[in-house]
Amino acid sequence: MRVALFVTCVNDAVFPATGVATVRLLERLGVEVDFPAAQTCCGQPQFNTGYREETEPLVRRTVGAFEGYEHVVVPSGSCAAMVRHHYPSFGAEAAGLGPRVYELTEFLVDVLGVTDVGAYFPHKVTYHPSCHGLRMLGLGERPRRLLEAVKGLELVELPGAEECCGFGGTFAVKNPDVSAAMGADKITNALSTGAGVLCGADNSCLLHLGGMLSRREDPLRALHLAEILASTEEEPWQ
Amino acid sequence: MSGTFVGMPSFPEAAHEAVGDATLRANLRHATHTIRDKRARAVAELDDWAALREAGKRIKDDTLRHLDTYLVRLEQAVTRAGGTVHWAADAAEANRIVTDLVKATGETEVVKVKSMATQEIGLNEHLEAEGIAAYETDLAELIVQLGEDRPSHILVPAIHRNRGEIRDIFTEKMGSWGRPAPEGLSDAPAELAEAARLHLREKFLRAKVGISGANFMVAETGTLVVVESEGNGRMCLTLPETLISVVGIEKVVPTWRDLEVFLQTLPRSSTAERMNPYTSMWTGTADDDGPRTFHLVLLDNGRTDALADEVGRQALRCIRCSACLNVCPVYERAGGHAYGSVYPGPIGAILTPQLRGTTSEIDASLPYASSLCGACYEVCPVAIDIPEVLVHLREKVAGEGGKGHRLEKAAMKAAGWVLDHPNALAAGERLASATRKLHPKRLPGPGARQWSDHRDLPDMPAEPFRDWWRKNRT
Repeated sequence: MRVALFVTCVNDAVFPATGVATVRLLERLGVEVDFPAAQTCCGQPQFNTGYREETEPLVRRTVGAFEGYEHVVVPSGSCAAMVRHHYPSFGAEAAGLGPRVYELTEFLVDVLGVTDVGAYFPHKVTYHPSCHGLRMLGLGERPRRLLEAVKGLELVELPGAEECCGFGGTFAVKNPDVSAAMGADKITNALSTGAGVLCGADNSCLLHLGGMLSRREDPLRALHLAEILASTEEEPWQ
Repeated sequence: MSGTFVGMPSFPEAAHEAVGDATLRANLRHATHTIRDKRARAVAELDDWAALREAGKRIKDDTLRHLDTYLVRLEQAVTRAGGTVHWAADAAEANRIVTDLVKATGETEVVKVKSMATQEIGLNEHLEAEGIAAYETDLAELIVQLGEDRPSHILVPAIHRNRGEIRDIFTEKMGSWGRPAPEGLSDAPAELAEAARLHLREKFLRAKVGISGANFMVAETGTLVVVESEGNGRMCLTLPETLISVVGIEKVVPTWRDLEVFLQTLPRSSTAERMNPYTSMWTGTADDDGPRTFHLVLLDNGRTDALADEVGRQALRCIRCSACLNVCPVYERAGGHAYGSVYPGPIGAILTPQLRGTTSEIDASLPYASSLCGACYEVCPVAIDIPEVLVHLREKVAGEGGKGHRLEKAAMKAAGWVLDHPNALAAGERLASATRKLHPKRLPGPGARQWSDHRDLPDMPAEPFRDWWRKNRT
């Protein structure tokens, strides 16, 4: 099977390791991965901040970049939700991309039909289900099932898991105090589990939480799910 | 907060205070989490919740689509039943109508049933200026009124107060409004409730005029419905000689049958009860029972403007249950007062800017008072897609080009250009990676400072993903 990777702008510029991990994981599972270089950003930051006009060229670019691919895999619930839920308001052509876009865990569980991806990650992990993956895509138990199947991994339940971490795109800078208060509560909950890794499937949330964690001395780091799933005994992830 | 580049100062400024108030944070956290958990259990009991939610949405949508027809039908039915209907285009007209009606009775005091519509128009303040004392009789509204405070929640207006604070307010203030609090009042809930009961009882028995809102108005019979927990509403609706109800025009439903849906979804969504303790229904007047005179003031006050907005009109489906407030992570931290309106929380963030417009700083900032997490939409018993309306209102505010938005629009355009030119994007990414050792963790300047006051900037990678791909896979 051949798929297109929609790496997302945040991963391209700031978290390339997540993109590399996604490629490694998919290739390990026998999937041929393409990276259409015309892709940039899905337009969600512009759209959610109220700049619809500025969103349109990015919608057209994204739709064009993935033309002809039956499966477009995105390691971000938020960007997948943007394409699936908001692209239809930009016309029929844009609407056509939605059904072909798969958030990474959807692709693994629903299309490939795997939950044990052969990963090895000997750490105590807690999982934060980001809001758009949770509520707009309905990812449900998929991420947890994938994590539970990872050899050596101890998954511990995050209290208040379904509460927003406070990132919210431009919300983080428009309402910095409330955003930071939400982030601090999320970190407190994560620390209470005793986990060393706070896993998420959306690096934008982890950018916010990781940025808060890096000011603290806590033995907790934020890590994208793809990087855990890419890790094997032969090639452990750093 | 300077925040002119990306932020609207009003909500963020007010929230800044609330976030720093440890007592308030603790009160709100405890109260919202308790109600939200109870609501989840109450809703989970019903197998047909999703169907009820869809039915509520459709009934409201169909009614709003033919609102003119149902309002005229309601007016005819209320008039036939002996009531008088008044139409108020805005708050000033509604206040004038109510004041004239009270003055015509010769009375100088009224008792009130908890009502969002009368708070929205500032009726109590208007009556006070006209020499008429309006006594709130809902326990929480009494706490707010005695404390010279503002409500911070639709259903639980004194949610920001704990019982120690309530005891202090009762002890200090009850005496100047009527019967004082008993000597040595403790903060035990039963004692506080008894103090309120004794204080209010003399008001109920003396009042000749009652003022209420309504949860529903049934067009086919002209029946009004008030749903409540404490019985104070029943007192106000039945004991006075004159009853005046101020109700938003969106509260009409076509038939009694429609109540079947809302009388299930409202109590479970609001107080997490299967059925609320008191449901009062009245149709005009009766010779031998209840008020002899009944006036219904139908309030527009921005509702027809909201109705004209194809996306925004869904906010008029709201049945004021407050479930969205109780699950909202922003409300939990910012508190109700930060929203600058009697309608706080997610529903307030979409209702207030539609009712009042977006010309003031606070109103223009409300659509941004959300992380778009969607918890509100998930619990809404009439399926209002609050995130959708928030984004729609952001478009409106950004399009008006108010404070900060011209600069923001320019930044969005510039970012959009880069993102529409992958070579320029790659060049920017490479520059950021090449200079990564020089990057500070904190940055000055609008936008950047709001980020880095609370969080480190990330370490930039050695190369962007697209360069890794080019080197390793092509």
